[in-house]
Amino acid sequence: MSTFATGFLKQARVMTADLRHRKIIRTALTNYEIVRDKRKGAFQSWESARSAAAETKWEAVNHLDKYLVEFVSKLEARGTKLHWASTGAQASEIILEIVREKNARSVIKSKSMTSEEVHLNDALEKAGLEVVESDLGEFIMQLRDEPPYHIVFPSMHLTRGEIKELFERELGDAPSDSPEELTMVARRALRKKYLTADIGFTGANFAIAETGMISITENEGNARLTAALPKTMVSLLGIEKVLPRLEDLALFLPMLATAGTGQALTCYNTMYGGPRQPGECDGPEEFHVILLDNRRTELLADAEQRDALHCIRCGACLNACPIFRNIGGHTYATTYSGPIGSVITPHLRGLQDWKHLSAASSLCGGCTEVCPVKIDLHHHLLHNRRNAAKEKPALIERSLYLIFGFVANRPALWSLGKKLGRLSQPLHNLVKGSALDPARSWTQTRDLPPLAQESFKDWWKKRNR
Amino acid sequence: MTITLFIPCFIDALFPRAGISMVQLLEGLGHKVVCPPEISCCGQPPFNSGYWDEARPVAAKVLEQLKDAEAVVIGSGSCGAMVKKFYPELFAGKPQEAMAKKVAARTWEFSDFIVTKLGVTDFGAKFPHKITFHDGCHGLRELGIKKSPRALLAKVQGLQLVEMAEAETCCGFGGTFAAKFPMISTAMGDVKCASAAETGAEYIVSNDSSCLMHLQGLLSRQGKPLKTIHLAEVLTQK
Repeated sequence: MSTFATGFLKQARVMTADLRHRKIIRTALTNYEIVRDKRKGAFQSWESARSAAAETKWEAVNHLDKYLVEFVSKLEARGTKLHWASTGAQASEIILEIVREKNARSVIKSKSMTSEEVHLNDALEKAGLEVVESDLGEFIMQLRDEPPYHIVFPSMHLTRGEIKELFERELGDAPSDSPEELTMVARRALRKKYLTADIGFTGANFAIAETGMISITENEGNARLTAALPKTMVSLLGIEKVLPRLEDLALFLPMLATAGTGQALTCYNTMYGGPRQPGECDGPEEFHVILLDNRRTELLADAEQRDALHCIRCGACLNACPIFRNIGGHTYATTYSGPIGSVITPHLRGLQDWKHLSAASSLCGGCTEVCPVKIDLHHHLLHNRRNAAKEKPALIERSLYLIFGFVANRPALWSLGKKLGRLSQPLHNLVKGSALDPARSWTQTRDLPPLAQESFKDWWKKRNR
Repeated sequence: MTITLFIPCFIDALFPRAGISMVQLLEGLGHKVVCPPEISCCGQPPFNSGYWDEARPVAAKVLEQLKDAEAVVIGSGSCGAMVKKFYPELFAGKPQEAMAKKVAARTWEFSDFIVTKLGVTDFGAKFPHKITFHDGCHGLRELGIKKSPRALLAKVQGLQLVEMAEAETCCGFGGTFAAKFPMISTAMGDVKCASAAETGAEYIVSNDSSCLMHLQGLLSRQGKPLKTIHLAEVLTQK
C-alpha cells in the first residue's frame, strides 16, 4: 500500500466519525442542490445542453493541435507573451523568471486550482515574495495555511464562527460573524494589496481559440481587480481549457454557473485578450499566458479516458459524491478531489500511488449523472482499477479471486462452501467483531445475516425432484 | 414464455425467500421458470476490483448457461447491470463477445421485466405498512430503472410509499468497497438509514438484496426498529 493510501485510510477514519463535519457538508450541499435544480429548470433542456457541451469539449480536446495553435497565435498578435510548461515545476519557474525580471516583491492572486496543482504559492514564498489570495474562500484558507477544501467552495467546511475567530486571530479585525461584516474585513485587508502588488496572477476557466481570449468566471470581482490593477498580469491554465468559438461561452458560462454554484450566471464573467493596447486607458502593461501540460497529454493519449479532459472544474461531481460528503475534501490529499480527482490523479501523479482513490468508490454513478460535460467518471474509476490490477496485481487479492473463480465454476464446490459456511457459523459467532474475525471489516459496524438453512438452490432442487 | 431466472448468490445463500417469491410471481403469471443450476455468481467481486482476467472465466460460465435463454430475468439491479451492461465490455475483443451482446439484449432486471416486458403491475398483494423505497445504484443508473418498482408498489393494497430525501443516494454497500473501506461504507449507510427513518417508514424496500443486507446489518447492530424487505417478497404478501 502506498503511503498516500495509508494516509487516506487514516484520515477517512477520522472524518467519517466526525458527525459535525457531516452535518455542515450535508446542509451546505442540500441547499446547493435546491438552487441548482431551480436553475437547471431554466434551461429548455438540461440534457440537451449537456450533450451539446460534451460535443463541444470533445471537438476541442480531440483537435487540441489545431485550437491551441489558433488560441496562441491570436493572443500573440495582440502582444501577449506565451509560455509552454511541460511540468508544474516548469510553470513555477517561468513565473519566477517573470518575477525576477520585474523585480517584483508581491503577487496578488485570484482563484486558480491550476496554481494549486503546480504549488505556485510555495515556490513564490520560497523566493521571498508576498503572495495574497484575493478570493474570499481562498483568502480564508491561506490564513489557515491549508489547501482549499473544495475546488469551487474552498472553505465550505468552516462555520461563520470559525471564520470570525480566524480573522480575529490573524487580522485582529472581526466585529461579528455576519457574512457581510466578515466580507468587509477581508475587503479592508485585500484592497491595499491590489494597489501594492507588482504582479496580478489569475487562472482561467476557458480559453477561446477563435478570438485568443481567456475567460474568467467569478463572484467577487477580485479577479477583475487582480487583472486590472497590477502592471503585469500572469495567467496559468491547463491546455484542456480550450473552447473553439466565442459563441461556445453562451452555453458554457450558464452551464458552469448552474452546475458549479446553482447560479444562472456568476456575477462577473470577463474576457482578457492581451495587454493594454495603444489608446486604451486601463489594463496591465504586460500579459503573460502560461499553458500547462503536466501529464495532460498522457491522458489525451488514452482514448478510453480522454473525456476526463472535458472537465470544466465545476465541482458538481464532488457535490453529488456520497464519498466526498463523508470523508471531506482534504482526505483525498490531492489538488483535485472527489470523483474527477480520483479519475485524473492516478494519471497526473502515478497510478500505483493513487489507485486507492479509484478503489474508494461504490461506483454508484452519482457523479456521472450530474457531470455537465458527460465525463464517464465512475466507469473510469473502474478502468483505473483494471489498469492498476493488470499492471501490478496485489498477490493476495488476486489469489483470492482465482480461488473464488475456481470454486464458482464448480457448483459442487460452491455448494460445499455454503455448507461449510453454515457449519462454521456458531464458531464465527464466538469471534464476531474481534481481531480474530476474518469478516471484521464488515462485522465491526454491521450484523451479518445468517446463511439460510435451506438455500434457494436447495429449495429449487427439492421442488423439481 | 420460458423465463430463465438468475438468482444472485446473495439471494441464494442469505435471502432465499426473495428468490422463491420471484418464482411464485412469474409462475403465477403462467410462465415457465427455469433456474440454471450451474450459475453461482455473476463475477462482480473480481470485476469491480479490477481483476477482469480473473472475472472472465466466471462470467463465461454464466454466459454458457444463459446463451439459449429466451428471456433472462435477474433478481438484482446490480447483477442485472453486470450481465446487461458490463459483460459486453468485459468480453470486448474476446471470442464470447457476440454471445455476451446477445445475452445482454435478452436480460432484464426482475421488476422491470414484469412491468415493461410483461405489462403487469398488480399481483393482488396486501402489505399494510408505510414503506420507503431504496433505488440500488446499478439498477437506477446503469439500467435506468426508477418507475417499474414503484408501479408495482402502487398496486399493493394498504401499502403507503413515502419517498426519502436521499432515495437516489448510494447506501454505501458497493460490493468489495464495503469491506475495503468499511468506515466510508458505514457512514454512507448511516446517512441512508437516517434519511429512511425520517420518513416514518416501517420498512425499506428495494430490488437489491445486497444493499438491504448492508442496511439491515447497520439497523440491527444499532437496535433500530426499521426493517428491510425485498420487493419480490412484498409482492407475494397476502
